[in-house]
Amino acid sequence: MTRITVGPFNRVEGDLEVRLDIERGRVARAEVTAPLYRGFEQILEGRPPLDALVIAPRICGICSVSQSIAAASALRQAMGVMPAPNGVLATNIAHAAENAADHLTHFYIFFMPDFARASYAAHGWHSAVAERFTATKGSAARDALPARARLLETMGVIAGKWPHSLAFQPGGTTRAIELGERIRLTAIAASFRGFLERVVFADRLENVLALSTPDELDRWREGRDGDFAHFLRLADALSLADLGRGPGLLMSFGAYHDADGARFRAGIRSRSGAIEALPVAGITEDVSHAWMRETSLDPAESRTVPDADKADAYSWCKAPRLAGQPVEVGALARQAIDGQPLISNLVTSGGSNVRTRVIARLIETAQLALSIEGWIKALRLSEPFCASSADIADGHFVGLVEAARGSLGHWLAVRSGRIERYQIIAPTSWNFSPRDAEGVAGPLEQALVGTEVGDAGARAVGIQHVVRSFDPCMVCTAH
Amino acid sequence: MAGSEAMTRMLWLQGASCGGCTMSILESGASGWFDELRQSGIDLIWHPSVSEQTGDEVADLLEAIRDGRERLDLLVLEGSVARGPSLSGRFNMLAGTNRSIYHWLLDLAPLADYVVAVGSCAAYGGIPAAGVNPTDAVGLQFEGSDVGGALGSGFRSKRGLPVINVAGCAPHPGWVMESLLALTTGDLSGDGLDAVGRPTFIANHLAHHGCSRNEFYEFKASAEVMSERGCLMEHLGCRATQAVGDCNQRSWNGGGSCTKGGYACIACTSPGFESAQNYLQTAKLAGIPVGLPTDMPKAWFVALAALSKSATPRRVRVNATADHVVVPPSRSGDKRSP
Repeated sequence: MTRITVGPFNRVEGDLEVRLDIERGRVARAEVTAPLYRGFEQILEGRPPLDALVIAPRICGICSVSQSIAAASALRQAMGVMPAPNGVLATNIAHAAENAADHLTHFYIFFMPDFARASYAAHGWHSAVAERFTATKGSAARDALPARARLLETMGVIAGKWPHSLAFQPGGTTRAIELGERIRLTAIAASFRGFLERVVFADRLENVLALSTPDELDRWREGRDGDFAHFLRLADALSLADLGRGPGLLMSFGAYHDADGARFRAGIRSRSGAIEALPVAGITEDVSHAWMRETSLDPAESRTVPDADKADAYSWCKAPRLAGQPVEVGALARQAIDGQPLISNLVTSGGSNVRTRVIARLIETAQLALSIEGWIKALRLSEPFCASSADIADGHFVGLVEAARGSLGHWLAVRSGRIERYQIIAPTSWNFSPRDAEGVAGPLEQALVGTEVGDAGARAVGIQHVVRSFDPCMVCTAH
Repeated sequence: MAGSEAMTRMLWLQGASCGGCTMSILESGASGWFDELRQSGIDLIWHPSVSEQTGDEVADLLEAIRDGRERLDLLVLEGSVARGPSLSGRFNMLAGTNRSIYHWLLDLAPLADYVVAVGSCAAYGGIPAAGVNPTDAVGLQFEGSDVGGALGSGFRSKRGLPVINVAGCAPHPGWVMESLLALTTGDLSGDGLDAVGRPTFIANHLAHHGCSRNEFYEFKASAEVMSERGCLMEHLGCRATQAVGDCNQRSWNGGGSCTKGGYACIACTSPGFESAQNYLQTAKLAGIPVGLPTDMPKAWFVALAALSKSATPRRVRVNATADHVVVPPSRSGDKRSP
């Protein structure tokens, strides 16, 4: 057995270290380390509660809106305020734009460049992939980055700027949209649809979303242009469906709430495929292998106290568990739990894996484009966007949202008008958690086991595919 | 790197960062940031979010720079320098190298022609330095507004400049690119920096300049709650008359800005902005905002405010506390004078 260390692990958000025990050319055991701690929960303690709207988004530059609305959601409960319906819609539009932009950034900038590596040069498909996806040099970034910037112009209208906006308040959003601005939003959404239909899918979004079985997807991709079909052919050539098997249990906090409920519903999906209600009270955080002192397992009661010299610890990330189990979160989980036909069928037949994680993100992106169009139309321009705020009550409050990478929760305790405790569990805290007190490995640690490294050791590209298929956000992970 | 001898070699590192400055800069360039860099003669030799090289390929590159085998023209840091615990830097290790970002920076910064702090974290410590500053986070050459920081007050890069601080949380992508390009063209010298290291082409302006709420400001017609159209200074915490930056002379994400977005400037370009509290509420003493424009006698400000309040047109007064325009401008402006 040999032990290898992989890092700095780039083209993820933040930095990551992975240590692997290799036996007969395959990963036998993995340890995942979040190497950065900043102490946001300590920074928030003692402050006025509304300061969370300034501080918490700055945990993460790539999912800043998600952090904002998780904080706003917890504060909304503390105020007992009902947000203005327009504010809810405007928040949905901005949040969906951020999540879709994140999915594009992941696919084009973080994930696909690994297939352009020289280690694949012997494959017949390599030259076309290298032309399109080579990091910083491929033609795809020239399409994707301007499309991303155009989509993020949504923020210029609704949120002032991105990342890090104060537009998302407990009562709604701070900019009342006028007719000209709504027309601009409509034009931005049309540009986004145009990019997806021309460059990503080479088909109408409605046709893409009508695909419901793995066979239909296989037939659809035959001879099709577009980067999604390109990925699907690569995924088959490299058997990516056999790579990076997740722990089986999936979770979603539910996303994009409006008058009709959640656009993507909350729940869990068990290993047997049953969809069940979300048992929020079953969420705990174990610190047995984190450089953290033990306080409480319950995020509503725990504090974050670093202990850099703790024995047996190997990450700044705590280990979140649901009823004691590690859980995979993300677009795959969100879509499987929502019952999206294609993703449900893919997960039923092949579980969670590298290929299906990527498919789920792009299918979700297509759905978001349509949802954004609907929410823009639903804005009622003569009505308010922000309800008046109210006094903040003491007590315990929880804000649960879905960021691009999965379930994000803020647990807020207010006492005497100040933040007494603030605990954050981010999507990649779930996916890239270290072991717990029972020695059960986190989802990525499990997914890496069995990955072939051959003679390449730390440079084995299979490791890169498995890690990046989760779209990790390491700056959120330990925060 | 072959073929890149004439190019400016830029290394971008992330410390105790949220990655938001990178998210901002990725909005730059009509055909994308990578094309823009190439067209501008900048060779991005490594960036954690976008480069192909990973793991030992990166460690090899950093060692080659440290040992003088590779040239380094521009060193960019995004994120604060987390020095703790006890100056070990262990709150922020560069994965795979068994070495902290703090210690890598101490090695690499003296080897660069120019060192650029992108964002208020790298410049002054920023958000991670707030409150109890759990990780002993500082900026590259400042700790808040005190010179020093990770590299020390005497630090100068190979071309003799202190760290260039492109402050902001997150900074406008134009601020970052224009600062980098001004360095490559030799147009940014020590004279072009203010007392806390910010390029004066940005810092000689106030965030207030060009604010679309200017008419409300002139008449002290103030918004009282979030989403109203009036001036945000009197009640809702706006610091734009004191915070530097040409924020409202630029377009953020295709046309926005903080005050256009309906919320206060929180002075994110200023050292120590993270230590404020109650950001969206104006601190007052005897009913008068504490944070008035710095270069105006307070008594004059109060007198003028009282005068302009009494002269406020109904249109401005009514619209200030509405979220939509309730009273449109008078149609007399459409008439030609006889």
